[in-house]
Amino acid sequence: MRRYSRELSVAGAFALLLAVLAVFAPGFYQPQPLLSLATREAPTLVVACGMALVMISRQIDISVGSQFSVCGVCAGLLAAMHWPLAALLPAAVGLGALLGAVNGLLIAGLGLPSIVVTLAMMVTLRQGLNLVRQGKFVDLPENFQWFGLPQATGQWLLVGGALVCVLGLAAALRHLAAGRFVYAIGSDAEAARLAGLRPRLGTFGALVGLGALTGLAAVMNVVQSPQVQPLAGSGLELKVIAAAVVGGVAISGGRGNLWGVLAGVLLLATISPALTHLRVEAHWERAIQGAIVILAILADGAHRRWGKR
Amino acid sequence: MSPPLLELRAITKSFGGAQALRGVDFDLAAGEVHALVGENGAGKSTLIRIIAGAHPPDGGTVALAGRAVDRFDPAAAHALGVACIYQQPALFPDLTVLENIGLRLESGSPWRRVDWAGRRVRADQLLARIGAHLDPDREVRLLSMPEQQLVEIACAVGAGARIVIMDEPTASLTRQEQDLLHGVVRDLRRQGIGVIYISHRLEEVLALADRVTVLRDGENVGTHPTGVMTETELIRLMVGREISPIPPVGTSFAGAVLLSLRHLGCAASGVHGVNLELRRGEILGLAGLVGAGRTELARVLFGLTPATSGEIVFDGERVALRSPSEAIARGIAYVPEDRRRHGLVLALPVEENITLAIHRRLFPGSWLRPTAERSLTLEYLRDLAVKCPDPAAPAGSLSGGNQQKISLARWLATRPRLLILDEPTQGVDVGAKSELHRMIRRLAGDGLAVLLISSDLPEVIGLCDRIGVMRGGTLAAVLSGKSDPHDVMAVALGQAGGAAA
Repeated sequence: MRRYSRELSVAGAFALLLAVLAVFAPGFYQPQPLLSLATREAPTLVVACGMALVMISRQIDISVGSQFSVCGVCAGLLAAMHWPLAALLPAAVGLGALLGAVNGLLIAGLGLPSIVVTLAMMVTLRQGLNLVRQGKFVDLPENFQWFGLPQATGQWLLVGGALVCVLGLAAALRHLAAGRFVYAIGSDAEAARLAGLRPRLGTFGALVGLGALTGLAAVMNVVQSPQVQPLAGSGLELKVIAAAVVGGVAISGGRGNLWGVLAGVLLLATISPALTHLRVEAHWERAIQGAIVILAILADGAHRRWGKR
Repeated sequence: MSPPLLELRAITKSFGGAQALRGVDFDLAAGEVHALVGENGAGKSTLIRIIAGAHPPDGGTVALAGRAVDRFDPAAAHALGVACIYQQPALFPDLTVLENIGLRLESGSPWRRVDWAGRRVRADQLLARIGAHLDPDREVRLLSMPEQQLVEIACAVGAGARIVIMDEPTASLTRQEQDLLHGVVRDLRRQGIGVIYISHRLEEVLALADRVTVLRDGENVGTHPTGVMTETELIRLMVGREISPIPPVGTSFAGAVLLSLRHLGCAASGVHGVNLELRRGEILGLAGLVGAGRTELARVLFGLTPATSGEIVFDGERVALRSPSEAIARGIAYVPEDRRRHGLVLALPVEENITLAIHRRLFPGSWLRPTAERSLTLEYLRDLAVKCPDPAAPAGSLSGGNQQKISLARWLATRPRLLILDEPTQGVDVGAKSELHRMIRRLAGDGLAVLLISSDLPEVIGLCDRIGVMRGGTLAAVLSGKSDPHDVMAVALGQAGGAAA
């Protein structure tokens, strides 16, 4: 149990928030708004899982927001050309993986610092998209929204898909040798290399994986509305990094798991509607989210000083 | 007679359980060059760290110019005029010579106005005083190693140092650069500065120093004027001790040649022209000084810094070892030096560390099998007698000796044919050490070829069938396992007339 104490404490905080809401604002518990909230956050959860992978391997990618926008717009354009979902989804995932691979080549291949590479990537992709699209929205064909299904069914499908994604990735991280390599590389890349692992390949793989998940998430976002916003991904990088940090993923690598990330995403996503229901001014949302992140980092510091993992 | 500049009496110091210094006496007169020699781990570094104030001694007294100093820390040492020049100069590479000297010597508020003209005059004076022809406006990273040392010396002189400690200053210098540095040292002596000079080059020591002190196992085994000393006598003093008995566990059975190296070299790590044959069931020791290229050779064989010249024939086949995974696939295992840093992934559990190099074999299809992993781990823990209550605990929670065994277990689990051990018993207590020795002998008995890098001469001589001695990046000689330690040391130090096999 102690091994998961960090994740459990986040889950505990989330449970506490739910309890407070149950007592003071039972109006929060209405099925349809909750389902909508979960649907909105499903893409965030998918990207956050990828970000956790990258952070555990001791890198970071702040270009995910721009990747998300680019993949979303491209998926929208393909949809407007009446591509079927079965072709459109792999195309978007592939595009995301390709963008991740460019990051990966620069970071793992040339050994450049990931924060600089992905900062440049973030700006380049954002400005490139702006230049090409001039901020235009992409109108989607009829029957594309919610996969052409009734809204509730589509929403359940997205939420279920995101959860399957978390489950699958968590299982891979725990039960595949490759998952263990991610932790080894993030803890001590040189020791991993001396054990015959290939840290650079692992880093590359994590970045490509994050790109692919970002592409998937972009499609999950696109199907939610009749139009694609070109700025859909702005601010996403901060959101997912915050969720990962709150969920116990160490920014210094080698530590964290996806259950913590799930709890982190849920906690941060619930703050805003919770404030509305508790009749606190909405301005406080960002401040409270920031405070939670700082608390999480302080908790990690205390954790390390006590020498327990 | 005036009291000596520096006088140490009965200095003791231990780290953890290891006694680094056992009652060392040492003194230094003004205007004297006093050399300090000894094998790796004899306590030279510890002694100079104490003089520089970096470590407080556990016992004994330090007196400067006849006055006892009780609290000695780096700031106090600096104030009392002790300056230390390390092999790797500690300068700011992106600043100029002028700025480096200024930073070191000027004091005052961070908001003071920098007196550039004054700074320049002072730097010019200092550089002239030690006879250095350097452009003060050059960035330090553009300077050669000896030029950087000159800047350090200028700073030391400028700070009014009365005692200058030089730790192997000539280790990486060419002949001319050495001569230049020796001239500077003689100048310092003329100016009444006391110089403590550490070097492995005995001929240099005899030519330059006035007196020489030999340290062995943390004791001063003799301080002599260099006039009456010879290189042979110095080596005798350095090695001196009776070889502590390592029971020759079993005898070697040398099988077919497993590894043969021809003119092997690696430009990046300075290894060159290595010729060597290693047979199955044989333990080959690699002796030599720190920096002689032993670890570098091991890293070439493990594919960490691939060879750039010569050839490696492994098991009758010419191989190019370009990465550790390739070397592992061939059956080469490398237990690195300094396990605390990179031998194990300390944050991962013990069992994951043990299986880290054998995923392909243990987990076909990449799906982890915790039961198989646990039973393999328990087998090795039992086999190597590791004290580890919980295989799921992080490897970092174990003691040094047990970590070393975990590192060994990982590599034995790869079922290697060539096992390279780099200082396997460094920092390991006596009991664990003899246990490791028996284990190594047993492995060789099972037909494993072992390459044992060790600075512990009795260990090398007691355990190995043959001893390769490295010097300056190449294999200088291969001696028989029953060699005299003096001969091994003579080859390692490059003394002409040392025995050859």
